[in-house]
Amino acid sequence: MTIAAASVPTPAKAKRGRQPWTAKKKRDFWWGMLFCSPAIIGLLWFTAYPILMSLYYSFTSYTMVGHNTHWIGLTNYRVLFHDGTWWSSLQNTFYMMLFLVPVGIIFALILALLLNLKVRFQSFYRTIFYLPTIAPLVASVVAWSYIFDPQFGVLDDVLRRLHVTAPGWLTDPGWTKPALVVFGLWGVGNLMIILLAGLQEVPVDLQDAAKVDGAGVFSRLRHITVPFMSPYLLFALITGLIAIFQYFTPPYVLFSSTTGAGPANSAILSSVYLYQNAFVFFKVGYASAMAWCLFVIVAVITVVTFRFVGRRVYYAGS
Amino acid sequence: MASVTATPTIAPTPLRARKKGTRWARFVEHVVAHAVLIVISIVFFVPFFWMVVGSVKTLGDWARVPVVWFPHTITFENYIYGLRVFPFGRYLFNTVILCGSTMIGAVLSSSFIAYGLARIEFPGRTAIFVTLLSTMMVPYFVTMVPLFTLFRSMGWTGTYAPLIVPTFFGVPFFVFLLRQFFRSIPSELTEAARIDGANELRIYWQVILPLAKPALAAVALFQYLFMWNDLLGPLIYISNSDRYTLAVGLMFFKNQYSTSIGPMMAASTAMVLPVIVVFFLAQRYFIQGITLTGVKG
Repeated sequence: MTIAAASVPTPAKAKRGRQPWTAKKKRDFWWGMLFCSPAIIGLLWFTAYPILMSLYYSFTSYTMVGHNTHWIGLTNYRVLFHDGTWWSSLQNTFYMMLFLVPVGIIFALILALLLNLKVRFQSFYRTIFYLPTIAPLVASVVAWSYIFDPQFGVLDDVLRRLHVTAPGWLTDPGWTKPALVVFGLWGVGNLMIILLAGLQEVPVDLQDAAKVDGAGVFSRLRHITVPFMSPYLLFALITGLIAIFQYFTPPYVLFSSTTGAGPANSAILSSVYLYQNAFVFFKVGYASAMAWCLFVIVAVITVVTFRFVGRRVYYAGS
Repeated sequence: MASVTATPTIAPTPLRARKKGTRWARFVEHVVAHAVLIVISIVFFVPFFWMVVGSVKTLGDWARVPVVWFPHTITFENYIYGLRVFPFGRYLFNTVILCGSTMIGAVLSSSFIAYGLARIEFPGRTAIFVTLLSTMMVPYFVTMVPLFTLFRSMGWTGTYAPLIVPTFFGVPFFVFLLRQFFRSIPSELTEAARIDGANELRIYWQVILPLAKPALAAVALFQYLFMWNDLLGPLIYISNSDRYTLAVGLMFFKNQYSTSIGPMMAASTAMVLPVIVVFFLAQRYFIQGITLTGVKG
C-alpha cells in the first residue's frame, strides 16, 4: 500500500535525464544526497550488510563460542527440517496467528464501534482502553504472570466466583497459548485507535439513508461499515500477521523460567526459539537459517493475504 | 494516493426528519453502549488496580484465600524491600539516558532525511524512499544476529552504542511519518525563505522544524515509549547488571524473586506510573501520532 503510494512516476523527467543537468538540478541533487546520506549509510550498515551476512551465516557452522567456522552448505536447513522443536514453534506461531490476529481485529473493531457511537465520556473510555498499550510491556507481563496464578491471581478468583473451573493458565500446557491470547487482547489499543480513525471515513449520510430504508445494525455493519473500513482492516491484518512472528516479550517474560518456551515447550514461538538458538545456544549459523525460513514464510503469507484479501478491499477514493 | 487520515469527526446531521421513537431508541442505544463500555473498562482496568493494590498489600493479605481485593491495612513494606533488592534508581537513570539519547537521534536524523525526501526534488529520491520503506518489511530477527556479531567485533557489546547509534541514521517509520507531515506544509513558506537567500539547511532548521513541532513531538514520544519498553535490545547487548534498563532489570528480578509478589508489584507499579503520567500530559500528541500512521491505501 504505502510503497505503491510512495512511488511517484515521472516518466517525462526520466527521459530528459540524459541531457546535461542544469545548475539547479545539480544543486538539488547534492542537497538531496546530503539530506539522505544518513539514510543511505544506515541502510547499508544496519540493513543491507546484516541481511547478506545472515544469508551467508545460514550456510556455515558459525557459533559464537567456537572458532572453526566453515561452509556446510544446506546442512543447517536440513537439520532444521528434522527439528521437532522448530516444527512445534511454527505450529504455535500459526495458532497465535489464527486466534490472536482475527480475534484481536474483531475485538478492536467492536471497541472502536462502541466509541464511535459518540457517547459521553468517550475520551475517558478511550484512555482506559489505551492504557494497557502504553504501559511498559515487561511490567504488565510481570503483573499478568501473577494474575494468571491459580492461587493468588484475580483471573481464577473471578472464574471461581462464577463457578467455572479455573485452569492453571501458565502451568497446564493446554492453557499456555490461550493465556498468551488473553494477554494479547488486553493490548489492542493501537489497533482500536487506527480503526476509530477509519470509522470517521464511513459516510454518515449513507448510514442514515440505510437506516431510513430499514437496514438493521448488522446489515449496515456488513454492507456499509466493513466495506468502507476494509483498507484499515487489511492494514490491521497484514501488520498483525507480521507482528506475530516478532512476538517476543510476552512469552519470554511470562515463561521466563523456561526462557520463553512454557511448560513442555507448549508456548514456544518461532521468535523465542530463534532467540534461544542465537543467544542461549550461540548457534549463529543455525539461527540464521531459521531467520531466513521465517522471512520466506512471512513474505509468502503477506503476498497470499494481499492476493486473497486485498482483492476484496474497497477503496472509496478511487 | 497516500493521504494521511486526520479527518475531523463529522457530526451526525440527520438529512431527513427522524421518525417518532427514534429518540427513545437512541436513549436505549446509549444506555446499552455505556453499560458495555463500563464493563469492558473495568476488565481493562482491573490488572492495573490489582497491581497497585498488590503493591501495598501485606504479606498476610497476599496469602489469604480467596483473593483480597480491598485490603484493610496498607503497607509500604513492599516498596522498601523492593528498593533494597532492586536498584530502581540506577535502572531508571540508565533507561532515561537511553530514552533521551535515542530520542535525540531519532528526531534529528529522521526529520533531516524526511526533509530531503519531502522538500527537495532530486533524481533518486523515489528510489531511496521506496528502499527505506521496504526495509520496514524486513523482520527484526533477520538482521538481529549479524548485527550482534558485527557490534561484537567492533567492541560495542556491553555498551549502549548498539542501541543508540542506529537511531542517528534514520528510523524508517519516523522518516515516513515526518515526510508525510512535511509535504503538507505550504511551499510558499519555504519559497519565501529561499528567495531571501536561505539555503536548504537553514530552511530545514529554521522554517520546517518549528512548523513541525507536533509531528516531532509524536516521533519523540514513540521513541521514548519504544525504548522504555524494549526488552530484546538491552537483553541482547547489555550483560553487566549495572547497566540494565528497567525492563531488563524487572525481568531478572522476576526470575530471582518470583515468590516475593508484593515487591514485584511495587517495582511494576513504579515502572508503569511514569509512563502513564507522560501519557496523560501528552495524550493529544500521542493520539495524533497514532492517527498519522493510519494510512489510506
